[in-house]
Amino acid sequence: MPQDLPAAARVALLRALRRFRLPRLPLVRHLLLAVAGGVLLFVITLELSPFDNYELGQIAAYAIAIAGLSLLTGVNGQISLGHGAFMAVGAYTLAELQAHQSVNFVLQLLAATAVAAAAGLVIAVPATRLQGPYLAGMTLLLALALPSLSDRYSSFFGGDQGLPATAPGAPGSLDPQRWLAWLQILAALVVLVLLANLLDSRFGRAFRAVRDDEVAAATLGIHVARTKVTAFMVSAACAGLAGALVALSTGVVSTGEFPLSLSIFLLAGMVIGGAGTLMGAWWGAIAVVYLPNQWSQSLAGAFHLGHLVSANLAVIIFGAALVLVMLLAPAGIQGALRWAAGRLAAWAVAGRGGGNVSKQERQDGHDGAVPALGDGGRPDPIRSTGGRGGA
Amino acid sequence: MSRLHHGRAGSEAGSGAGSRAYRLVAAGAAAAIVVSGLTAVAGPAGAAASSGVTSTSVTIGATVPLTGPASPGYDEIAPAMNAVFGWVNAHGGVHGRKIRYVYLDDGYNPSVTATETRKLVLQNGVFATVGSLGTPTQTAVQSYLNAEKVPQLFVESGCNCWSNPRDPWTTGWQPPYTVDGKLLGAYIRSHFAGEKVGYLYQDDEFGQDVVKGLDMEIPRSQVVSRQTYDVATLAGPLSNQMAALQAAGAKVVVLATVPAATALALLPAALIGYKPQFVVDAVGADPPTVGPLLSSFTRKGGGSAALATAAVGLLDGMITNAYLPPENDASDPWIQVSKKLLADYAPSVWSTYGLDGNTEYGVALAYTFVQALQAAGRNLTRQGVMAAIAHSAKQFATPGLVPLSYSSSVHFGYEGGEIVQVSASAPPIVTPTGTFPGFTVLTPVERTSPGKGPVVASKGRESKPPAKLVRTA
Repeated sequence: MPQDLPAAARVALLRALRRFRLPRLPLVRHLLLAVAGGVLLFVITLELSPFDNYELGQIAAYAIAIAGLSLLTGVNGQISLGHGAFMAVGAYTLAELQAHQSVNFVLQLLAATAVAAAAGLVIAVPATRLQGPYLAGMTLLLALALPSLSDRYSSFFGGDQGLPATAPGAPGSLDPQRWLAWLQILAALVVLVLLANLLDSRFGRAFRAVRDDEVAAATLGIHVARTKVTAFMVSAACAGLAGALVALSTGVVSTGEFPLSLSIFLLAGMVIGGAGTLMGAWWGAIAVVYLPNQWSQSLAGAFHLGHLVSANLAVIIFGAALVLVMLLAPAGIQGALRWAAGRLAAWAVAGRGGGNVSKQERQDGHDGAVPALGDGGRPDPIRSTGGRGGA
Repeated sequence: MSRLHHGRAGSEAGSGAGSRAYRLVAAGAAAAIVVSGLTAVAGPAGAAASSGVTSTSVTIGATVPLTGPASPGYDEIAPAMNAVFGWVNAHGGVHGRKIRYVYLDDGYNPSVTATETRKLVLQNGVFATVGSLGTPTQTAVQSYLNAEKVPQLFVESGCNCWSNPRDPWTTGWQPPYTVDGKLLGAYIRSHFAGEKVGYLYQDDEFGQDVVKGLDMEIPRSQVVSRQTYDVATLAGPLSNQMAALQAAGAKVVVLATVPAATALALLPAALIGYKPQFVVDAVGADPPTVGPLLSSFTRKGGGSAALATAAVGLLDGMITNAYLPPENDASDPWIQVSKKLLADYAPSVWSTYGLDGNTEYGVALAYTFVQALQAAGRNLTRQGVMAAIAHSAKQFATPGLVPLSYSSSVHFGYEGGEIVQVSASAPPIVTPTGTFPGFTVLTPVERTSPGKGPVVASKGRESKPPAKLVRTA
């Protein structure tokens, strides 16, 4: 504990913590963190096997979807149980575009994002009148309606077979899985920087205000309905882009890819990762990609359970994890990490015996020691960044 | 408030603390880039030609529905294949290589197939996929496997899509559904000339391909009603469709249905007293598969146990096509060998299902693959096995009633069969799940292509299992 470390080490650690400052400008700070994260992930992709790169790329894609959902549910307080449907909208847009036009894949992704945003607008306008469980029910309808819609209009949706989705070819002799992972990671970083800036802007403050108290927000001059619609559209656009990227990974778009359980897993992943945070989207995405397949199969194999059990194990584990997280760490994995980092910084600061450390420095030590991507590391003028998980 | 923030940033821009942080991060990023440059190796894409092959083993993979609504029946095939591989491995393998068969569950979901197939290719490094099941599932990965030059062998589906020049690494195995349709259609045309015919078919590639074949043989004017059903929403008896067929006066009803749908067609027809001549495609006509479904659906519908047992009798008189020897033909040496292999090397499948249509299918497919491995020679490569199939498969000894059709231009396996009829007077099919009426053979073996050609008689097939793969008593 503090008394055990020699005084010199404590002073050095404190000095390092005090010196380490992320830039104050949100855009620069986010870009810097994104570049650092990008370089780290790039190095990781070079070390991974092709199949692991395939999974890493999927993690990046799902992180986009979960980040958007996190914005909608964690920051704006609207629950959506139908984000799988927006992913489907993005994926089918990409597939149809590939089938009927030949455009650059970047344009394909932008089109998928735009169409999903439009779908989000269509759903969001009536949804502004609904709250809590009623909104959840409406979004649930979305997720349930999709398979039936695609059966009814099977010529458009490709029926059981689905539609093919071709990924852009890798240049030269580059491993195609690695190349695709780079594209997906790049997209994820771009989206996360944009979302982080959005959350640090007046939009982000409006989202939080509407979440916490609609009436108070209205008295402050915030247009509640417009704010809610904006949040919905942004999150739907994220989900659409994610769906298109996942489609590029798997090479096929079919309704089997977007069952109801996907929407539930996205929500569970968001909660487990940390609702309202953007880094939490990565932890949630890891859970969503690995849990239903590898981890369930390994677990079932370890206990010698049959295929019938392992196929359903994912849902059970997600449910159990959700309960545990809500009981023990409501702010999810990212919240727990932040808490741990905060404790570390507090320990380092407190170790000096309190005399020479001013209150300002102690607070700065907190802020500076915990760089967080998005959700604004600084105190919110309207409400502190408690990261309450919405309704 | 934002101006305040900007002001603070401006004043700190050049200060020691801020620029120190920038330097730290910049240095870290530079170091990472240098490290990555040193370690970056853009390796050659795709697997080597001998991936999955060692001097003592060859690893093959497949994705099959072990769980989910498509799994009943189909989950027996891969374990049955392992019976043949088990025997081969116990006797030294093929050219000294033991066969390792890795089959993963895809739940008949094409996107799971996409992931699991990539796992097989990238993680397990399989030599080829052998016996993967399903049309939507395998079309989802067909272009991927062909791009990666991984053989997609003996797909368990009758789609016409497995033999096309764009996908040279893919082969089918069972007869294309259009061939089934032509064989059944030719029989109807010659034995039910002038009778009104109705169709009930699954509204997807399977059903549509069978109908394509039927229409090539049966005159359009003879077909008075065409009914469909959707397999995804199949939940109850197809009473509407059967009533419509009865109202149209169809004396012959052709079913292109999966086993569950066959049962859900036979039951309501019996209830309304409609007794046409049922002609059912092989996919949904196996008595040990359809019989239990008839019983369980009767029980679910509120019938008594006696009624449920009697429901199996609805199979009596059903006409179907067969490309493998009938399971009740105890004198056929292939049937005897298949039973022995299953009993000795797949005891759990044998004790649960015995020799039914699915396990017989698995044994026959495994025979085909083992012979392909033998023909490919000691120096085993992916191109080698494709070439072996194209050049030698016509001489392979398999349980099939027709010889395999593989050539450099044709990637279909069996393209023919015989017409058989389920008959209570024939020796029954006895399995651990029950005793079911067996088949009598109605026609000699015929063959045809999925295209416009006629149905012609076929030469006899290899009637004995070859000595190398025969188990002594």
